[in-house]
Amino acid sequence: MTALGLAPVFAAVIRRDLTLALRRRSDVLTTFFFFVIVVSLFPLGVGTQSSMLRSIAPGVVWVAALLASMLALVRLFASDFDDGTLEQLALSPQPLVLLVVAKVFAHWLVSGLPLVLVAPLLGLQFDLPAGALGIMMLTLLVGTPCLSLIGAIGAALTLGVRGAGGLLALLVLPLYVPVLIFGAGAVSAAVAGMPVSGHLSVLGACLLIALVLGPWASAAAVRIAIE
Amino acid sequence: MSWGSPEAFFAMGGYALYVWGAYAVAAACILTELWLLRRRRRTLERAPSRSNGAPGSDRASGQT
Amino acid sequence: MRLNVWKYASPPAFYRLAGNLAPWFLGLAAALAATGLYIGFFVAPTDFQQGESYRIIFIHVPAAWMSMFIYAVMAFWCAMGVVLNTRLSFMMALALAPTGAMFTFIALWSGALWGKPTWGTWWVWDARLTSELILLFLYIGFLSLHAAIDDTRRADRAAALLALVGVINVPIIYFSVKWWSTLHQGASVSLTRAPTMAATMLVGMLIMSLAAWMYAIGVSLLRARTIMLERESDAEWVRELSAERR
Repeated sequence: MTALGLAPVFAAVIRRDLTLALRRRSDVLTTFFFFVIVVSLFPLGVGTQSSMLRSIAPGVVWVAALLASMLALVRLFASDFDDGTLEQLALSPQPLVLLVVAKVFAHWLVSGLPLVLVAPLLGLQFDLPAGALGIMMLTLLVGTPCLSLIGAIGAALTLGVRGAGGLLALLVLPLYVPVLIFGAGAVSAAVAGMPVSGHLSVLGACLLIALVLGPWASAAAVRIAIE
Repeated sequence: MSWGSPEAFFAMGGYALYVWGAYAVAAACILTELWLLRRRRRTLERAPSRSNGAPGSDRASGQT
Repeated sequence: MRLNVWKYASPPAFYRLAGNLAPWFLGLAAALAATGLYIGFFVAPTDFQQGESYRIIFIHVPAAWMSMFIYAVMAFWCAMGVVLNTRLSFMMALALAPTGAMFTFIALWSGALWGKPTWGTWWVWDARLTSELILLFLYIGFLSLHAAIDDTRRADRAAALLALVGVINVPIIYFSVKWWSTLHQGASVSLTRAPTMAATMLVGMLIMSLAAWMYAIGVSLLRARTIMLERESDAEWVRELSAERR
């Protein structure tokens, strides 16, 4: 039997993960609504003064995105680990690193991308100007894949471990700090009318680094977990 | 550096709380670490060795 | 007789060596600390700007330096363990972590106590302190991950991977936090910048740093021995050891 090419397998993994995720729609929607609720809670906690809301909006939206991303990460490898699929993926002729990229991409499509799409609406709650809303979408678009790629490492390390959710948060949140700083920083700069290209460049660099190193570390962690 | 008197030394120019607070906590941390390590060692020496035949079988060591 | 370093990769040999060396390191640490503190409190003059509160640097700076140094050494042993597949390397990393976390905590606590009289607030969001805080989380994450996994071999390797990911991230985190703090505070607020530091202050700080280093080595060697006993409790050499003691 001829070995399957890389691209078809890559696409197949994505298709499979998407199908499974859409079957468990509640999981996906939970993350989404968690994001919305958390962001909406802040004005209730800090008051509704416009100028203050506008200044905290970038941070609030970004931290909520971090937390929502972490909620979703627990699911990335867990069910495959439980039913043995992960072992099969590791044993397959295709490099595990690429399969991990496929899984993370599928995961991002259902948990990261919705956040990107709904963020502008939430930004309106905080009275952000249109330009800032656009930058917010852009930073989340570049940043959420970063979060998924970095978070995948933590998800793989905590496979089958008791208290995985909390432990995952502890492991991964410190690693998220640069993405948070530059993502929220870009939006703050946009609100203040200052140039954002610097922030966006660094954010892009973070994505590149995460793309190159993240899946490699995640694959190593997966192998450690299934040994 | 000459302190006028023992009182002056302990007063630290008004910053006694901060200076001694910092050093006290540092000392407490070090002593606690040493004490915990000693206690861990003592527990080990008191407990009979678990001989279930498998060399290197052990519990996860997450204590300080 | 050629010194064969590899012989110390064997737990019983290392156990004996560590047991012999540890008291010397701890003794040296005590002597250096006594000297350093003497210089810090009885030789170094009062600071022109900060009065006596600056004397916290004699514990703050050494603790901060050690917290970072120990993490790097810990990551080194993790890498050694992964590459050479030696049990002892992982044990050494695990032995270093609690001491590193302790120094990080001391750095944070003393930093806060220094910040209050100097800058007015208990917590100063400057780059170094914030990075120290994140470093503390990295240490706690390492220890928590190791504790959460029951299988020792898997725990060692998972924690090692985490430490290596962390060590790559620490510079990235530091620079992003540094950039962020200058943005939010204008002029950079550095708790450890003392351009006009008197020579005696510097000497005191360096001696205290050496003391902290010696202490870290001593305590880690002792902890490594305990970890070894815990893990190898069924091994021949451990049984002989406990028989000897009785």
